[in-house]
Amino acid sequence: MITVKYFASLRNVAGKEEEQFDLGNETTLEKLSDEIEKTAPKISEMIRGNNVMVSVNLNVVQPGAIIKDGDEVAFLPPFSGGC
Amino acid sequence: MSTALESNIRIQREDFVITDEIEAIKKASRNIGGIVTFLGTGRELSKGENISQLNFEHYPKMAEKKLEEIRQQAIKDYGIIEMSIIHRIGEIEIGENIVLIVAAGEHRKEAFKACEWAITELKRITPIWKRETTSTGEVWVQDTP
Repeated sequence: MITVKYFASLRNVAGKEEEQFDLGNETTLEKLSDEIEKTAPKISEMIRGNNVMVSVNLNVVQPGAIIKDGDEVAFLPPFSGGC
Repeated sequence: MSTALESNIRIQREDFVITDEIEAIKKASRNIGGIVTFLGTGRELSKGENISQLNFEHYPKMAEKKLEEIRQQAIKDYGIIEMSIIHRIGEIEIGENIVLIVAAGEHRKEAFKACEWAITELKRITPIWKRETTSTGEVWVQDTP
């Protein structure tokens, strides 16, 4: 299973905090996006437009990234920590 | 104060005591001769709107990992002896502490530079998000100067 997490404003866009997908042993960010489109189309649109930062297992990845079974994928809106 | 001072990188709900953090970092070396701190606090006015409350959220593990990367790079690139970074999450009232960076070096020059670099880098690479509550509702901040 791949665990997908949505943070901050993207949690509001997705309408959920977390979900899981079973996409076999290995897939791509684009294929995961196809699945996300079914339940959170706006997020999928952002992935395709390269308008959202994506991390896999806590590391930021680029389009075309390979995602494996057991990975944790997170969609990260622009950061605003500090003050 | 019961805060876990043993760690130089912390993300926590509770407030911190600046003097405790300074005393803790001094223990890293007897060669420390210059300590610079940056303290970020809750500001009432943002883009012309009055804010009644702030709320910070982070991506657990990734945020700590990024702060540790910043600490290690600051030590390596600026030649400081030690750095502490503490960021609060959850509800923050106006005027309360949000973030503390303590840079300790042999001399002031490298400590000043490292401290300024670290807060800028924190804002750039650390998955922490701020939500502001105003009279018109709540908004996630997307761009910070």
